[in-house]
Amino acid sequence: MPLLVELVSPERIAYSGEAKMVICRTTTGDIAFLPGHVPFIGVLATHPVRVQLDEGGEIVIAVHQGFVEVSPPDEDGATRVTILSDVAELADDIDAERARTAKERAEEALRTDPDDPEARAALVRAEVRLSVVGANA
Amino acid sequence: MPGAQERILRRRIGSVQNTKKITRAMELIAATRVVKAQQRANEARPYAEHITQVIQDLSAAGAEVDHPLLRPVDEVRKVGVVVLAADRGLAGAYNSNVIKTAEREVQAARSEGREFALVTVGRKAKGYFSFRHYDLAASFEGFSENPDFEDAVAVAARVVDLFIEGGCDRIDLVYTKFISMGSQEVVVRRFLPLEDSATIAEAGDETATAGFEFEPSASAVLETLLPRYVESRLFAALLDAAASELANRQRAMKSATDNAQELIVKLTRKMNQVRQDAITTEIMEIIGGAEALSDDKTDPEELILSHLDSDPFPPLTTHGVGGHHAGPDQT
Repeated sequence: MPLLVELVSPERIAYSGEAKMVICRTTTGDIAFLPGHVPFIGVLATHPVRVQLDEGGEIVIAVHQGFVEVSPPDEDGATRVTILSDVAELADDIDAERARTAKERAEEALRTDPDDPEARAALVRAEVRLSVVGANA
Repeated sequence: MPGAQERILRRRIGSVQNTKKITRAMELIAATRVVKAQQRANEARPYAEHITQVIQDLSAAGAEVDHPLLRPVDEVRKVGVVVLAADRGLAGAYNSNVIKTAEREVQAARSEGREFALVTVGRKAKGYFSFRHYDLAASFEGFSENPDFEDAVAVAARVVDLFIEGGCDRIDLVYTKFISMGSQEVVVRRFLPLEDSATIAEAGDETATAGFEFEPSASAVLETLLPRYVESRLFAALLDAAASELANRQRAMKSATDNAQELIVKLTRKMNQVRQDAITTEIMEIIGGAEALSDDKTDPEELILSHLDSDPFPPLTTHGVGGHHAGPDQT
């Protein structure tokens, strides 16, 4: 009973493959999907999504909000996990240097105006990117 | 010396040849880009399909939400028209078709006593409407050939804002649908308000199954999903428009290249004729002159021969001399 993972961004399918387990964070908390999981739709927070592969190892993807859908098993009994996200980046696509400067910029903005929602969101995004790069390094 | 007319023709042929090179290059560029644009449109499809699928699942689960984007219209007092045109011309009738259709929409709204708000995408649309003193609620440019999702998000944000805050009761989207390389069609689509989720769901394929779990709740998911759905629809339209623009440009440039080729052939024929005329006239003048000078030679044929042998022509420019010794056949 395989678990098929598809990461779909508006511009293309960023990743697709089989996995053992998918761990992600919805707005209400972390959730992990194993093959045969009950059909599920959730709103994702800005957080890395971890895809544990069959042959061991793990892919970490920076997901900046979006949705996760677990479809009911298809004819072959495969469970399909689809992650829909405006911005979904694999570690290879992330420019660590840029994320670091973005983080500094956001921190700077927050010092002057601690309530700036844009800077806060930017900070979270940068941190997620950096954690993804760090995890794969 | 080539005659004045011949020189003019030669220069024109040269300039047409240069134009042809340019249009040919533009044709090839458009051809490669249209393939890429089509590919992008295809790659964007899974996202749109999945979003529709999720809405379908939500609707099957009975999610209901009172979202402003779904607010039904009782009486339409203000219409928003969003035009997707190109940044650059030289695409045949592409721009004018889509712009004219949009203008008709606006005129129709006006004649029905409705207000309108105009949003343009593409420099050409902006130029057209601002020249005619239409009020532009917003205009975007710089990405018509190669739109990113962020561009779609920016446009969608403005359009949604017009709908929710700007008092528009309906938003129509005017763009060129890409059907195939050979055919594109200007369409007017209702963009907002969205049909309720059940109607959206019907557009998807019929595999909806209940029994989903939702986090945080079906309604909350739907609420965050709807803006994404709007963006993805706009993005799809932008990609369609981009592919259409490039296909149109390729066609326009192909016919321009063909026309240039035809013109070159025509002008070359004309030039040859003029050149030969000039040569003939020159020969006639020489014969006439020689005849007047040598009274002793009565046989005209002998006259020409002796003239050719004894007194070669003064050196002409390289072209145009060839016909003399071969004997002009069109005297």
